Amino acid sequence: MSAKSHGFPWNLLVGYILSIVLTLLAVFIAFNTDFSNNIIIWVIGILALFQAIIQLFMFMHVTEGKEGIINVINMVNSLILALIIIFGSIWVLTSGHASMH
Amino acid sequence: MSWDEFFVTGDPLILASQIGIGLTMVGLIALITYLKRWKWLWSEWFTTVDHKKIGIMYVLAGVLMFFRGGVDGLLMKAQTSRPELDILDAQHYDEIFTTHGVIMILFMAMPLLIGIMNVVIPLQIGARDVAFPKLNAFSFWIFFAGAMLFNLSFVIGGSPDAGWTSYFPLAGKEFTPGVGNNYYALSLQIAGIGTLATGINFVVTIIKMRAPGMSWMKLPIFTWSAFITNIIIVAAFPILTVALLFMTLDRLFGTHFFTVAAGGDPMLWLNLFWLWGHPEVYIVVLPAFGMFSEVIATFARKNLYGYKSMVYAIAGIAFLSMLVWVHHFYTMGNSAAVNSIFSLTTMMIAIPTGVKIFNWLFTLRKGRIQFTTSMLWSLAFIPCFTIGGVTGVMLAMAAADYQYHNTMFLVAHFHYVLIPGVVFAVFAALYYWWPKMFGFKLNEKIGKWHFWLFVIGFNLTFMPMFFVGLDGMSRRMYTYAESTGWGAWLGFSAIGSLVMAAGFAALCYNIYWSFRYASRDVGNDPWNARTLEWSTASPAPHYNFAVVPEVETLDDFWYKKKKGETGLKKADLKPVHMPSNSWTPIVLAGAFGLVGFFLVFEWIPLAIIAAVGIVIGLVANTFDYDDGYHIPVDELEEEEREWRGDLE
Amino acid sequence: MTSHTTTPLEYNTEQSQMNILGFWVFLGAEIVLFSTLFASYFVLEHNTADGPAGQDIFILKDVLIETFILLTSSFTSGLAIHSMRNHDKKGLLIWMIVTLLLGAGFLYMEINEFIHYVHEGATIQTSGFTAAFFTLLGTHGAHVTFGIIWISLLLVQVYRRGITEKTSSKLFISSLYWHFLDVVWIFIFTFVYLKGMVM
Ligand code: HEM
Ligand SMILES: [Cu+2]
Repeated sequence: MSAKSHGFPWNLLVGYILSIVLTLLAVFIAFNTDFSNNIIIWVIGILALFQAIIQLFMFMHVTEGKEGIINVINMVNSLILALIIIFGSIWVLTSGHASMH
Repeated sequence: MSWDEFFVTGDPLILASQIGIGLTMVGLIALITYLKRWKWLWSEWFTTVDHKKIGIMYVLAGVLMFFRGGVDGLLMKAQTSRPELDILDAQHYDEIFTTHGVIMILFMAMPLLIGIMNVVIPLQIGARDVAFPKLNAFSFWIFFAGAMLFNLSFVIGGSPDAGWTSYFPLAGKEFTPGVGNNYYALSLQIAGIGTLATGINFVVTIIKMRAPGMSWMKLPIFTWSAFITNIIIVAAFPILTVALLFMTLDRLFGTHFFTVAAGGDPMLWLNLFWLWGHPEVYIVVLPAFGMFSEVIATFARKNLYGYKSMVYAIAGIAFLSMLVWVHHFYTMGNSAAVNSIFSLTTMMIAIPTGVKIFNWLFTLRKGRIQFTTSMLWSLAFIPCFTIGGVTGVMLAMAAADYQYHNTMFLVAHFHYVLIPGVVFAVFAALYYWWPKMFGFKLNEKIGKWHFWLFVIGFNLTFMPMFFVGLDGMSRRMYTYAESTGWGAWLGFSAIGSLVMAAGFAALCYNIYWSFRYASRDVGNDPWNARTLEWSTASPAPHYNFAVVPEVETLDDFWYKKKKGETGLKKADLKPVHMPSNSWTPIVLAGAFGLVGFFLVFEWIPLAIIAAVGIVIGLVANTFDYDDGYHIPVDELEEEEREWRGDLE
Repeated sequence: MTSHTTTPLEYNTEQSQMNILGFWVFLGAEIVLFSTLFASYFVLEHNTADGPAGQDIFILKDVLIETFILLTSSFTSGLAIHSMRNHDKKGLLIWMIVTLLLGAGFLYMEINEFIHYVHEGATIQTSGFTAAFFTLLGTHGAHVTFGIIWISLLLVQVYRRGITEKTSSKLFISSLYWHFLDVVWIFIFTFVYLKGMVM
């Protein structure tokens, strides 16, 4: 691992360029296409997730060290929690009488 | 704000407590000064980073809080013992069930369980301390700061009164303008920081500091349950942090998260509170499962039946615990689909829980059972908890819950879960691990008194609540009419609570008696137990293990004892690295407490000044490069000889 | 240290391995924290009461600049750690200082953005939407502020002590924090700004 660090930091550069490109792509999709709002949200959401993965693997070295596998499990677990909290709350609070203030 | 608003005045009960608290404080300070114990307290306890001492302080704080919460409970029982009494008026009753609930869950159950984890886990995995000893001390002190801040509300400013769930809009400024619910938001926030830090600390400790050879399936079951508990802490407490932040902003800075007025949503509070709150009940009950498992295996003289299924059951419960929160507000007006799905997930929890009940029963089967006090608690737990569980499944059905919701039936249910699942467990654990903490056992005979009084009192207190609940008595009612016919039930219940209180008194007497008179000659392994903590001296030396043990199987110590391999080779001794004491945790926690106090009264400039204390503490901490110290071999040798006799 | 070792310096001691692992666990908690903030934002975002909605006040250009500043700072903090692993103290210090300057620039823009919103009649007390919006953004901004101060203090330590087992693990951990804040921002950019302007 250290051996890699000695050379030019290609993975950093690639990650950086990718994140800029993905950001611009998201802006383009949001403003310059005629997809339905729903599709736009899903697509730019997935692009954001891609960026997060890039940061995790290329910048944060999530798999590095003895505990690499544990870090990955931790991140996947946190993602599941995030989805439960976000989709769960939206579902509970915007369906049924709860939504008719 | 004038002074008579600042101090709670007007009520003789509170005045008496104010004077009592004042006198006790002055008395304590005078006593410590007279005995010249300040320095000792500071260097041995206030600045300690030793997990065993921190654990003991947690336990002490938890027992104190149990007393406070228990008195609240007794007052409520007294108030409802006959129809139309007015020992407490409605407002006062509101305050008391609120402080009772908050204190019991957050300042009694949590510190007692975390305290026992602190004492036991490093010993059980063969480690010398936790992963972050200084952070551990900080966890304790900031929890303590939060707990004290909460209790302060009783004498200064006024207690919170919107229930332990603090539902909005009631808990909003508009309906409860006093400072009581500010106390709620800020003290829970402060204590919560400590809990989250504990969670991270133990997760890392258990992942990284297990003795060589102790692979995951050789981990003692209590450590497993604690590991999963701490994972839930990390997953759930940040949700509470956010909910309390919103509450603070709404109350102090006029935002509209939960007020209907400008597009807020009170139901968002319910949703967030229970997103944390349900996992929280598993946080307090899972360690108990682990404790009972250890005790039952030890005193049935068998290995735990279905160890692996036990581990999977705990993990299953942990996962499901994040998926059931809506069962606390089925009646909020959710869509039918929401209620149905959450009914299903809730009922699913009964499956892994049932697995565990059968594991315990099968461990007992054909065992040579020893009826020690801690075993008695474990045995009583099984039927009592099952009653709690079965009534829980009744409540899980959304349609039926419209009938039970917010009745005394619910109150009886959760006390049948929490008291066996937390209080019995803590008692079992205290009797069991007491010799490891202090070097002497609690008296078994007084222990039996404690046990029988408490268990009988508990059932007498809470069984009647099921029936008045089914008969329509709602919770949080401060009084009721003669014509309801509930008087007899609740009279019984009140007497039961006195019996339970007598049980608690027996425990206090037991601690006093054993401290004075119990034999100090208990050896390292008084119960002939199975796990590593029993392989080192009682009380455990500050370095825990002179030589880090190597583990080959589950219950390694048990098999080593059979093979006669528990000795210590002098040649194996090496200097032991220890962390140094630190003043930052207690000072930092004090600064947090102060900021909290000023914020409660909305004295923002003072709060900002106090916050400088936090910054100074943090800066001092990052520049602290203290590397700890080493205990030399001769010192180890001397201490080990003291209880082992000659070394090999 | 010779170049034969396979793991970087910051993983050398058991304690630093535990510190790094502990920080990852903490990041797990942070993910839950921000998820809760996002969840609340999604629930309240249409409750604008009498105040403005997102699309009335957001300015794409400014937000895009903030995003690029933060993305770049994440990149430069990566370069700092890269230098650190090459035992290049000067590179580490320089890239980290660049990172912090970018962080400060981001904060400056964000504060201006908030002032602009207040002028448009959107304060934190205006509506459910503004409460959730300012709290989500404010929590992120507070993290960035904390990060700038914290990392500055760490740089003092590196400057004095050089790249050691201890300083390197501290710096590595702080870089994880910084990258994480960038990740949070990406989601804010996507689900608060872009979504708010499109819908
Ligand atoms: C020491 C014996 C105890 C007694 C006599 C007792 C009694 C009571 C009573 C009378 C109520 C209020 C019922 C009502 O009017 O709604 C109550 C509520 C409650 N109790 Fe206990 N209890 C005891 C122990 C515990 C323990 C050990 C816990 C938790 C670990 C606990 C947690 C709660 C909670 C959360 C509430 C609800 C508070 C609220 O309505 O906001 N109690 N208890
Ligand atoms: Cu629940």
